Amino acid sequence: MIVEFTLNGSPVQTRVVGPASLLDALRDDLKLFGSKNACEQGECGSCSIVLDGELVCSCLVMAADAQGSTVDTVEGVSTEETLHPVQVALHEAGAVQCGFCTPGIVVAAVDMFEKNPNPTTSEIKEALAGNICRCTGYGSIIRALESLSGETA
Amino acid sequence: MEIHHPTSLADALAALSSGAEPLAGGTDFMVEVNFGHREPESVVALRRISELAEWEDHRIGSGVTWRRIEQDGPTALAQAARTVGSPQIRNAATIGGNVGTASPAGDGLPFLAAVDASIELTSSTGSRSLPWDEFFIGVKKTAREDSELITAVLLPDRLPERQAFGKIGVRDAMVIATVCCAVTRDDEGDTRVALGSVAPTPMRARAAERMISSVPNPGESDLGEFQRLVSEEVSPITDHRSTAEYRRHSAGVLARRLLERCLR
Repeated sequence: MIVEFTLNGSPVQTRVVGPASLLDALRDDLKLFGSKNACEQGECGSCSIVLDGELVCSCLVMAADAQGSTVDTVEGVSTEETLHPVQVALHEAGAVQCGFCTPGIVVAAVDMFEKNPNPTTSEIKEALAGNICRCTGYGSIIRALESLSGETA
Repeated sequence: MEIHHPTSLADALAALSSGAEPLAGGTDFMVEVNFGHREPESVVALRRISELAEWEDHRIGSGVTWRRIEQDGPTALAQAARTVGSPQIRNAATIGGNVGTASPAGDGLPFLAAVDASIELTSSTGSRSLPWDEFFIGVKKTAREDSELITAVLLPDRLPERQAFGKIGVRDAMVIATVCCAVTRDDEGDTRVALGSVAPTPMRARAAERMISSVPNPGESDLGEFQRLVSEEVSPITDHRSTAEYRRHSAGVLARRLLERCLR
C-alpha cells in the first residue's frame, strides 16, 4: 500500500508492505539511514523520531499508521550548512564514540530542549533514559547537553 | 494487510467487528510484528480517535498515554507510569494497551488491582465493565472478546490518599519488572497490596491485607509479619529475568517498604 505523510517538512509517499515499521520505510524505501535499526523492540532508542510532535521509537510505529502524520527524523535536525546546537555540543564535547546511538541521542535531546530549554542534569538523564550508548559514553553526552541548558532557543 | 484509520469510536467498532485487530501505541504489537510473531491481515489504528483519549476524573480513556498519566495520574499510578519503558515508550503507549496486553509484568496493573479498578469494554452492540480480577484471566489473556474494544479504565470515586508504587528490576530505565507492587492505605487502616510479575496475572496479597488492616499503628513485628505473608502468598516462577526464590523474597521486602512509605 502507499502511505503518505510529511517527512521533515516535505510531503512524501512510501510503499509499505504489510505491518512493517516506519523505521523500515524510512531506511529501506526512503533511504534515510540516520534512524538506526538495532533492537527492534523499543529498548535502545537508536531509531528515535518525532511523530506528530512526540518523541517515539520508529521501530514501534506501524508505517501504515503514519498515514497523514508529521514525521521528523535526524536528517531534518540540521541544514546542509549548519549543524544544530545539540550536534555542535556533542561534537565539541567529544561525545561520540562509535556513533551508532548518536542520531537517536540527537533527536531525543533536540526534543527535550524544545519542551524544556533549561533541563537540570537529572532531567537530561531522564530525557535520555530511552537511549542506550553501548560504548557507555554517557558522561560526555550529558556534559555536552548540560552546556546547552539555558542556551538553546 | 488492510488498515483502518477511524476518527470515531463507532467506525473503530465497525472495523473491529469485521475482524480487524486493534493497534494503539504499538509498543507491544510492533515488537511481535518485528520478531515475526504476528502477521495481521487487518488492523484498526486507534490513535486518531480523540474520544478514547478523554480523561474525566476517575474514568481514564483507554487511549490516554503513560506520559499523561506520569504527569496527571493519582500518586501511585503516576509513579508506576514513570517506570513504563522510556520517554519514547510513554509517549506512545496507552493504559488501554497495558491492560489489553495483560503482561504479568505490566507496570500499570498492580495499582488497578489495588484500588479494584474495572475495565470498560465496548462493542457495536453495547458496553460492559468487568472488575480487574474478572478481566485478567491468565498470562497475556483477558476476557475481552475480539469484537470488543477496551474503551476505558474505571477507578473508584474515592482513592486512598496514602498510596505508593515500587518496582524491582536490573536497571532504573527501560526495564521489565522482576517484581512490581502497589500499596494503598486509607484513614481507617484498610490496606491493599497488589503485585505484578509474581503470578500469571496481577494479584492481591489478601491475607497480608487482612492482617495489617486490623492493626491501627503497625510496629516492627507487624511489618515483619506483613512481609512474611506477602512472600507466602505470591506464586512466582523462575525465568530468564529472575528466580522464583528471589521474586518471593523481594515481593515481601518491596511490599513492606511501600507500606512503610504509606504509614509515614
